[in-house]
Amino acid sequence: MTIPINWYLLVAAGLFSIGLYGVLSRRNAIGILMGIELMLNAVNINLIAFWRYLDPVRMTGQVFAIFVFTVAAAEVAVGLALVIAIYRNRDTIVIEEIDLLKE
Amino acid sequence: MADLINLIENWIKNLLLGWGASAGLTGFILQALGSVLVVMVCFAIVIVLIWVERKLAGRLQDRFGPNRAGPYGIFQSFADMIKIFTKEYVTPAGAEKGLYNIAPVLAMASVLAIWAVFPFAVNVIGADIHVGVLYIVAVGAFGILAILMAGWSSNNKYALLGASRSVAMLISYEIPMVIALLVPVLLSHSMKLSVIVEAQEPWFIFVAPLAALIFSISSMAEIGKAPFDLLEAESELVAGYHTEYSGMKFGMFYVAEFLHQFTVGALITIFFLGGWTGPMAVRWPILGVIYFYGKSLFIYLVISWIRLSLPRIRIDEMLDLNWRFLIPVSFVNLVAVAIADRVMMEFTLARWIYVLVMFGMNMFILWAALAIAERNDQAVEREEFPPRPVAVPPGVDSK
Amino acid sequence: MVPIIIFGLSALITLGAALAVVTNKNILHSAFYLVLAFAGVASLYVLLEAPFIAVVQVLIYIGAIAILIVFAIMLTRRIGSDDLIQRNAQWIWAALGAAGLFLVLGWIVYSVNWPVVTQIVPEDTITILGQELLSTYVIPFEVASVLLLAALVGSIIIGRERE
Repeated sequence: MTIPINWYLLVAAGLFSIGLYGVLSRRNAIGILMGIELMLNAVNINLIAFWRYLDPVRMTGQVFAIFVFTVAAAEVAVGLALVIAIYRNRDTIVIEEIDLLKE
Repeated sequence: MADLINLIENWIKNLLLGWGASAGLTGFILQALGSVLVVMVCFAIVIVLIWVERKLAGRLQDRFGPNRAGPYGIFQSFADMIKIFTKEYVTPAGAEKGLYNIAPVLAMASVLAIWAVFPFAVNVIGADIHVGVLYIVAVGAFGILAILMAGWSSNNKYALLGASRSVAMLISYEIPMVIALLVPVLLSHSMKLSVIVEAQEPWFIFVAPLAALIFSISSMAEIGKAPFDLLEAESELVAGYHTEYSGMKFGMFYVAEFLHQFTVGALITIFFLGGWTGPMAVRWPILGVIYFYGKSLFIYLVISWIRLSLPRIRIDEMLDLNWRFLIPVSFVNLVAVAIADRVMMEFTLARWIYVLVMFGMNMFILWAALAIAERNDQAVEREEFPPRPVAVPPGVDSK
Repeated sequence: MVPIIIFGLSALITLGAALAVVTNKNILHSAFYLVLAFAGVASLYVLLEAPFIAVVQVLIYIGAIAILIVFAIMLTRRIGSDDLIQRNAQWIWAALGAAGLFLVLGWIVYSVNWPVVTQIVPEDTITILGQELLSTYVIPFEVASVLLLAALVGSIIIGRERE
C-alpha cells in the first residue's frame, strides 16, 4: 500500500503548528528564527508532497521548493546579522527587552 | 575468472534463493554485504595507510620511521590500535554527555557515507544516484557539524576556539571546492559518478587542469592537512577541537582524518583521473577496482608529500587565499569552460584539438590569475615598504 | 510495508525534534535538535522520490543554516543566561492557537478530495529541473539571484563591527 497524501500533509501541518508555537512563545530572538525555519520546512514538505502526488511530470513543485530554500537561506542570513548587531548595541537578545519603539 | 565480482554475487544470490529467501530480501542482504565489505576494506586500508604515512614522513625527514614493532615497523599501527582501545575514557567535568559522545561517531559516519556512491568498476557501485556529486558535498557538511559539536561540548575554551576557527575555514573552502567540482559535471553532462568516470575519454586532468588544481587545494584545506592544518595546530591550540577526547573516541577522530584523506584521494581520482578506467578494465572488472585503489593511493601519497614539505600558513593568509584568489579564479574558470565547451560543440573537432584548446585556456587563466595576484602583492608591498636608498652616509637624513 | 515503517520513523523523529526545539530551555540544545528535525525532513523528501530536494535540504539547511545559527548563538551568549526562562507570558495562548490551527488544517486535509494521479515519477529530475529553471522559470531564477546578492551584501554590512 502506498502512503496516502494525507499523511504527508498532516505531518507538514503538525510541523507548521509547532513552528508557530515556537515563534509566538520564545523569548530569545534566535529561538524565534528557529521557529520560522520549522514553518518554512513544513511548507516545503507540502509543496513536494503535492508535486509527487498531483503532478509529478512537470517540475513546478520542485522549482517552487527550490525558491523557498533560497528565500529561507537569505532570510536566515540577514536575520542573524540583525540579531548580532542588536546584541552588540543592547547586550541582550531577549525580545521583550528590545522595545525602544514602544511607548 | 574474468568477472570475479559478478561470479561471487551470483553465487551468494543462488545460495540465498536456495534457502528460501524472497527476491527482495536477497537483494537487501547482498547490498548489506556489499556495504559491510566496503567499510571493512576502508578500515583495513586506514591501518596500512597510517604505517605508510609514518614511514614516508620518516624517510622524507631523513630519519627512519617506526622500525621496532616488527620488521620495518609494520605492526606499529596494530600496537597503536591496541593502545587506543585500552585507554580510559576521560570525560571532562561539565561536558554535555550526548553531544560529546555523538561527535566522533558523526565525524566518522560522514566520511564513510561518501563511499556509498563511489564507482569501483564497470557496474560495481553502491548507490548510483542521479545527484551523486551533490550528495558528496552534503555529507561533507555533516562532518563540519560534528567538529562544532565536539568543540562545544568539551566545555573547554580552547577546544571551542579551535572548533570555531576550523569551521570558519572549512565552510570558506567549501565554495571553491564545489565550483571546481562543477567543471567535470559540466563536461560530462551528468551528476552521476558512474557517468562522470565513463565520460573521461582523455582524463579530465588534461581537459580541465585548473579545476583539478583548485579542487585539490580546497580539498586539502577541507581535510585539514598542511599547509592548512590549523585544525590541529599542535603548537598553538593544544589539539584543537579534539583536546578533551581520549581512548577510542579520539581514535575515531584520528581514523576519520586519515580516511578522509584517502577519500579525497578517491574523489580526485574519480573526477579528474578517470576513476577505474585503464587498460582492460572493462573486460575484467577486478582490474578496475585495482586501478581505482591504486590511483587513490597515489594521490594520498602526493597529499602526504605536500603535507610533510610545507609549513603552516596563518589563518588570515588562508582566508585571503580563499576569498581573494581561489573563488574568483574558480568562477572565471567555470564560465570559461562552459563557454568554450559550448562553442566547440558547434564545430566537429577532433578530440585532441579539443583537449589542446581546453588545456591552453586553463593554463592561460592560471597564468593571468597569478600575474594579477603578483601585481597586487607588489602594489601592497610598495605601499607598506617604500623603497629607500640603501647606502646612506653617516649624519645625513635618509629622506 | 517498509516505506510505511520508514515514514513513521521519519515523521516521529521530525515532530519530536521540532517539539524539543520549541520547548528546550537551553538554546544551543534547541539548535542541535533543529539539525535533527532537518534530517528527518530530508528523509521524508527521499520517501517522496525527490532526491535532489533531499540533498539540497541537507546541504543548505544542515550544512549552512544550522552552522550559522550555532555560530550566532555562540556569539550572543551572556554569562548566566543559560537558565533563562524561554517562554514568554503568553505561551498558553500561543499553544492554544497553534493547536487550533493544527486542528483546522487537519480537518481541511481530510475533507478535500485530492486529485491524486498515479503517473510514474521521472527518474532523471535534474535535467528537466535545469531546463525548466532556465526556460520557463528564468525570471524567478534571476530575481532569486538578485535577492541572494542583496542578502549577502546586506548581512555583511549589518554585521560589520563599527569602528
